[in-house]
Amino acid sequence: MTDDLYRELILDHYKNPRSYGVLDDADARAEGQNPLCGDEVTVTVKFAPDGETIDRVGFEGRGCAISQAATSMLTELARGRTATEVATLPKEELLDELGIPLTPIRLKCAILGLGVLKVALHRAKGTPLPDEWQGLDFA
Amino acid sequence: MAVGTQPKLDAHKLRADFPIFEQSFHGKPLAYLDTAASAQKPRQVIEAMSTFYETSYANVHRGVYELAERATQALEDAREKVRAFVNAASAREVIFVRNATEAINLVAYSWGLNNLGPGDVVLVTELEHHSNFVPWQYVARRTGADFRLIPLDDRGELRLDELGSFGNVKVVATGLVSNAIGTINDAAALAAWAHERGAIYVCDAAQAAPHVRVDVQALGADFVAVSGHKLCGPSGIGFLWGRAELLLGMEPFLMGGHMIRKVTAGETTWGELPAKFEAGTSPMAEAVGLGAAIDYLDAIGLEAIEQHEHALAAYALEQLAEIAGVTLYGPPADRRAGIVSFNVEGVHPHDVAQVLDADGVAIRAGHHCCQPLMGRLGVAATNRASFYLYTVPEEIDRLAAGVRRAAQLFA
Repeated sequence: MTDDLYRELILDHYKNPRSYGVLDDADARAEGQNPLCGDEVTVTVKFAPDGETIDRVGFEGRGCAISQAATSMLTELARGRTATEVATLPKEELLDELGIPLTPIRLKCAILGLGVLKVALHRAKGTPLPDEWQGLDFA
Repeated sequence: MAVGTQPKLDAHKLRADFPIFEQSFHGKPLAYLDTAASAQKPRQVIEAMSTFYETSYANVHRGVYELAERATQALEDAREKVRAFVNAASAREVIFVRNATEAINLVAYSWGLNNLGPGDVVLVTELEHHSNFVPWQYVARRTGADFRLIPLDDRGELRLDELGSFGNVKVVATGLVSNAIGTINDAAALAAWAHERGAIYVCDAAQAAPHVRVDVQALGADFVAVSGHKLCGPSGIGFLWGRAELLLGMEPFLMGGHMIRKVTAGETTWGELPAKFEAGTSPMAEAVGLGAAIDYLDAIGLEAIEQHEHALAAYALEQLAEIAGVTLYGPPADRRAGIVSFNVEGVHPHDVAQVLDADGVAIRAGHHCCQPLMGRLGVAATNRASFYLYTVPEEIDRLAAGVRRAAQLFA
């Protein structure tokens, strides 16, 4: 079971996170914590000149392999999509990408970065923030 | 072999009392190393509660019929067992509550809100569980008192040499044993220091009572809070011991049935101790279970349990110290309870715990409700393995093997 959970793709994203580092010229930014385990993620977004398309995503964080690898994968999923598309992106799409069975506790780790990204877009563009993410929007 | 070196406790044999160990997890026998969060329950406790429900259940302190009297007797027998367990002067000083958290909140609200004000100092420590931290922080803010912390040294022991510098201290609240790193505090010295200043001393003994003899009179404390679930009793019950003269002078905490003397539209007067602090229907079966747990521990002997845990902690510290990249927290084995907190370089505690779970080894990963302590240690979280009377050395070998596996997986 452990070997399924920590499959090579996840370990690779954890050890070599993509798009690591907050963007100095960010148009959108949010931070979030998982109070259960102390995972922390900061997500920043730079839009393309059309003001809608996500050009770059940069993140920083500390936490378990699942939360950090999932956020790394998310930066690849989000790039090139519009703010509205990402605001309504179902979490299942990210979970499919992770491709591992998750208990309810670890699910919270896996979708922390996604929630933080949605909060960042909500603040910058007024995109809708579903109920399940509103707890993250405390700033 | 000299008599003094004979093992006083046979953990392999005692495990047979615990039905939980009859299961396997991920195809492996359960190595339950999370007793500091909650202890498993022996058959003796489970059966005492079932028997109470089957033969003696009715609401207590109400009916005049025989069954109600039997239930009341069972509750009061449990109270007497608690009294003897902590050597209280009188059973009326034993108040049943949900858990140690509720016990501390009772004191913080009923004593703190009415006795603290601007210029007073509420003193806790960097080591505290949130249960003995947040209520005092809150009550200090409500009353305008200052909230101060006794600092820790780098080993996670209280800097008692700093005790001079806190001003007009009115209450000192500390744990007896740290749930996060196992430090055993000198509670008697803290109580004496508090009393020299006219302050009260509140002792959170939730983590201590399962492991060491807590004698409230020898400690010299004013209030002692204990949870039942950590000492093999059921969840949903704990107790507050308080000095009768203080309890008598306090306002009640929760209002309602059973805690009154007389109720009219104009006024309500309070009942006698302990009823004054036990509003509503009591956790009756839970009290019976707690009594059975105390009988169970007494039959084994707390001294034997303490000795067993010290030996396991020393063994675990030794095993883990050999693994590259492992950082251990807390004092040396002879000054800690059966709790070992550690981190593995480059591996988040949740991931360590997940790898161990696949081997049937249950440990806790997180902040252990001790975020100020985590801040002092400079970490967000730790792994914590904790041991009890049913823990065997083979389980510590499995822990060490799993930690090695986790370190390799993430290397």
